[in-house]
Amino acid sequence: MRDGPVIEARGLNLVFETGDGPVHALKDVDLSVGRGDFVSFIGPSGCGKTTFLRVAADLEEPTGGTIAVNGVSPAEARRARAYGYVFQAAGLFPWRTIAGNVRLPLEIMGYARSEQAARVARVLEMVELAGFENRYPWQLSGGMQQRASIARALAFDADLLLMDEPFGALDEIVRDKLNEQLLALWARTGKTIAFVTHSIPEAVYLSTRIVVMSPRPGRVTDVIESPLPRERPLHIRESREFLEIAGRVRDGLRAGMGEEV
Amino acid sequence: MSARGMASRAAMSGGGGSAFPVAVVVLGILAIWYVAAVALNSAWALDQAGRDGVTLSARELVADTWSQERPRLPAPHQVAVELWNTTVAMPVTSKRSLIYHAWITLSATLAGFVLGTGLGILLAVGIVHDRTTNASVMPWVIASQTVPILAIAPMIIVVLASVGVAGLLPKALISMYLSFFPVVVGMVKGFRSPETMLLDQMRTWNASPAQTFWKLRWPAALPYLFASLKVAVAASLVGAIIGELPTGAVAGLGARMLTGSYYGQTVQIWSALMMASILAATLVGLIGLAERLTARAMGGRA
Repeated sequence: MRDGPVIEARGLNLVFETGDGPVHALKDVDLSVGRGDFVSFIGPSGCGKTTFLRVAADLEEPTGGTIAVNGVSPAEARRARAYGYVFQAAGLFPWRTIAGNVRLPLEIMGYARSEQAARVARVLEMVELAGFENRYPWQLSGGMQQRASIARALAFDADLLLMDEPFGALDEIVRDKLNEQLLALWARTGKTIAFVTHSIPEAVYLSTRIVVMSPRPGRVTDVIESPLPRERPLHIRESREFLEIAGRVRDGLRAGMGEEV
Repeated sequence: MSARGMASRAAMSGGGGSAFPVAVVVLGILAIWYVAAVALNSAWALDQAGRDGVTLSARELVADTWSQERPRLPAPHQVAVELWNTTVAMPVTSKRSLIYHAWITLSATLAGFVLGTGLGILLAVGIVHDRTTNASVMPWVIASQTVPILAIAPMIIVVLASVGVAGLLPKALISMYLSFFPVVVGMVKGFRSPETMLLDQMRTWNASPAQTFWKLRWPAALPYLFASLKVAVAASLVGAIIGELPTGAVAGLGARMLTGSYYGQTVQIWSALMMASILAATLVGLIGLAERLTARAMGGRA
């Protein structure tokens, strides 16, 4: 099980019944995410990239096909606390300090107090928030809040990080910095990361694989293996390989949109 | 003017920075009050004067309307003097001491407030967590408040008296009947206030329902709780006073109002009303203080 894919989807379908009729959020999605991979999901709104992540996290129930996380069902994986989920907004509890927020999943999972403190200190160090333990969320910038949210997802021993547009609300400069830090963190921890984004440069810069998706119905149109080395300085984004992959992603997105654009 | 009205006014003016607008409003109310006293009491004064065969100058008329023994509307200073005489200038042990009567009413108020808050929170927990409770209890909660409390209060008192329960408890129950409602409504809203994302987050950590309640729903609901408690405590006081009316109770602010109305002692009625208002304003103020302390402990910006 340890060597198998972390996420394995076969013929996955999800249809939401809405007032305006059924919406095909995911149609026949076949996908596997290998251990230690950094996989980005990119596509326009409504292409099912977030839905796929939510299905993997057992926050949505698929209506057809199979999906396994760590070889078991998403529900079992969730109960085993197999993944950390980072949402679009930082989602920090306003009445808890930064340390209190990071400690929350540890309290819920029943870690010993001394262990909690050690882990909180370690992950806050990792996201460069040491010294902000006793601040409240509103005292931090948006980028710092999102880093705290990532620290919270790292605090317990999940090998899989599911990140749903975590930097979508941040400005370009902060986003660059956090992208760099996220890569360093990934290299350091060896975790598997599934990352949803709207941004082509972000997807290409971060990923070992890029899954291009398109809407109505939500489906996978292209999967691109990145030839970029794992070590990626920011200026790699001016290299020819980088621009080639970005071009292929853009073509994939355009083809997926069809006549709509 | 009801105790509830006075309480909410006190709550609204609390925390304001400048004393000047508050003073202006108070002076305005006093002015209207004095004018109203002249208007309402002059008929009696003129009647008396006519019977005695004297004519009153305007000045004498005004002076008379502000100093009658049983005026229709006592002037503010008459109420103030009565308040002083029955509180500061009288031992608390006296049966005429307003502090003694206020304490009787306050004890029923607090008991009813605690019961009502507890009941309100329990009902809200049930309503939020269980669909059936939501569908079956909520309509009754709302229906309960459409029944005039004045009609129900005597029945509660009589029924309880027939099974030997008298004194504080029946009054506390009436007080609870009025005060649980704002707590239910506020806490249902409060427990439902966390965003879907935060609830999803708890789910990703596989949190138990109890953990989700204590670590997310409860703290998120606290601001709603304090808002509800301010309304509930004023309602509790009204309930306790109403509970004293139909029993022919001999003690309590309600009893003071009732005996006052039997004997036409308007000054006594008004001073009991004033005392009730002061009590309500104090209780609301204390809850406001608790609210600020809690907000500070929870990392509020204030």
